[in-house]
Amino acid sequence: MHIPDGYLGPVTCGFFYAVMIPVWTAASNAVRKTLKARQVPVLAVGAAFSFVIMMFNVPIPGGTTGHAVGGVLIAILLGPWAGCIAVTVALAIQALLFGDGGITAFGANCFNMAFAMPFSGYYIYRMLTRKTPPASPRRVFAAGIAAYLGINLAAFLAGLEFGLQPLLHHTPNGQSLYCPYGLKVAIPVMLGEHLLVFGWIEAVITALAVKYLQRKPEIFPESGAGS
Amino acid sequence: MKTLAKIWIFIGILAILSPLGIWLPEHFNSKAAWGEWDVGEVSKASGYRPAGMDNIAGFWKAPFPDYNFEGWEDKTLPYSGLAYIISAAAGILSAAVIILLLGKFLSAKGPRGNKGLDGTDE
Repeated sequence: MHIPDGYLGPVTCGFFYAVMIPVWTAASNAVRKTLKARQVPVLAVGAAFSFVIMMFNVPIPGGTTGHAVGGVLIAILLGPWAGCIAVTVALAIQALLFGDGGITAFGANCFNMAFAMPFSGYYIYRMLTRKTPPASPRRVFAAGIAAYLGINLAAFLAGLEFGLQPLLHHTPNGQSLYCPYGLKVAIPVMLGEHLLVFGWIEAVITALAVKYLQRKPEIFPESGAGS
Repeated sequence: MKTLAKIWIFIGILAILSPLGIWLPEHFNSKAAWGEWDVGEVSKASGYRPAGMDNIAGFWKAPFPDYNFEGWEDKTLPYSGLAYIISAAAGILSAAVIILLLGKFLSAKGPRGNKGLDGTDE
């Protein structure tokens, strides 16, 4: 889901930077106001986890590969703004050092995986666990569902961004200047592979982590969801 | 042992196991993630070379593309796996250090403990 440089035209790249700059500013302010100093090491381990879990490429035999992101898990533990910061840092290291995801596409990649994913997952989890005690098994399932839906939203958005390119930028004879695949290919592929395979991996990892952490009050939020 | 220390050990184990992320796709004959091919591959697959891609695709030269070292691109698993583990360790360390520095920066006037990073009580 790491869109490389070259697949998105200048309009799309500029648009998502323009969206993400205020989001990053708001995230810094929100984290300063709500994150407790003792939670900073948890955020550090969250960013490290997000970085390393994305290196575990899972194959669809004979087909493509994909991976989990960890964005919903961090949002559940520390809140969606903290999740945004952690995944942004992981994506920045991947793009700058390892060429995984583009620099021009960084705004779009962050919008998908560091904004849409942790926020959607966080609010779905909150909705499903209202008035549920922290140790409730319901939280494990809610975390899985939230992670599944969150990563699929991110995959859908990536498909949308890929698929818009032939419409936005093309030569007179209809050849795309950037990603050559239109909406009818990009969205079904990106969404399909995550609905069928990679979403489940994200769901299982998030659910297991919540199951383990929900009995650790020093890490798991007392209200059951980071605020 | 404190939970956080256990999680760090778990992250270290993930780094050591990370070559699974290249071995499994090779073993199951899977190709690159959809939409992450280089310009040559995407041109072959779509039947034409999108005219704008080359200009932007070379925008940034990452020092360790594909979590590998320069000159090791053609080497197979023991080497690529080692490069992958070192990359994982470097990435984990950078992520943690950046967040800790951000935490310091955001909490310049904040004391430690249960207070918020801006120094106010909840």
